[in-house]
Amino acid sequence: MKFAVVRFPGSNCDQDAYHVLKDVVGVAVDYVWHEEKSVKGYDCIVLPGGFSYGDYLRTGAIARFSPIMDAVIAHAERGRFVMGICNGFQVLCEAHLLPGALVRNSRPKFSCKWVGCRIETTGTPWTQAARLGQVLRIPIAHGEGRYVADEATLDQLEAEDRVVLRYAGPGGTIDDQFNPNGSMRGIAGILNSGRNILGMMPHPERAAEKALGSADGKLLFDGMVRTLRAA
Amino acid sequence: MPRVKVFVTLKPSLLDAQGRVIQSALASLGHTDVKDVRVGKIIEMEIGDSVGNVADEARRMCDRLLANPVIEDYRIEVGA
Repeated sequence: MKFAVVRFPGSNCDQDAYHVLKDVVGVAVDYVWHEEKSVKGYDCIVLPGGFSYGDYLRTGAIARFSPIMDAVIAHAERGRFVMGICNGFQVLCEAHLLPGALVRNSRPKFSCKWVGCRIETTGTPWTQAARLGQVLRIPIAHGEGRYVADEATLDQLEAEDRVVLRYAGPGGTIDDQFNPNGSMRGIAGILNSGRNILGMMPHPERAAEKALGSADGKLLFDGMVRTLRAA
Repeated sequence: MPRVKVFVTLKPSLLDAQGRVIQSALASLGHTDVKDVRVGKIIEMEIGDSVGNVADEARRMCDRLLANPVIEDYRIEVGA
């Protein structure tokens, strides 16, 4: 089993993701530079957080055309696993691997804080070890994380059980006061229709060790590893 | 060489958070009659003479990279 963490120019959570996978979860992981053209041999590709290409034009818009992305898209189309965190989620939306888009927060400032993320489905490789309705304490760090999509897409995501995480209060309450960026329907993370691609704005790799304030995020990596071990 | 301007704007259905802040800043300066502010971007390009149909070429650039149809509209102006 092997993970890849893709590095774009401007990625800045690549080392955190690498560290968590290697040292905390204990799996094999490599960095893969964005100019590479193959992800052969990797079971799960992680697109990390950061500011790829300085967020110029739109977040993720230029990274989406990096040479590595053709390989990531082909990997995803074969049903293999891809996980996009924060900027990685933005890249996945720009690449049309996930529906919708991430736009400027409704209160337009960079928001860096702990939030509650309620598990909305356990029918994913990442959340299979979680409890439905469980609230994970994970930080966000973004200026453009407001998830938007048209009503039909939002309805479809809900009908197909593809909303993975929603911003919530500590007890699991969904309310505008717990929605840090104005995301439509409080959405913090979604899946593609094949259920092999996850995109999420919060940073589980920053909350995978108790020493950092929460180990809740580790559960998502553990779920992924369990799925790969069972395969 | 033809010059092209591409105007990219957020779809009207989407809240423009930046526009809202600018509107309140204008109001605090006394411009209380401003009812709505929307912010977009202009991309100016100079395109080589070898390109036959500049507007078509610009449209392809918009559809592929310059605008995201999920959240944005665009308008193209071709000048001399």
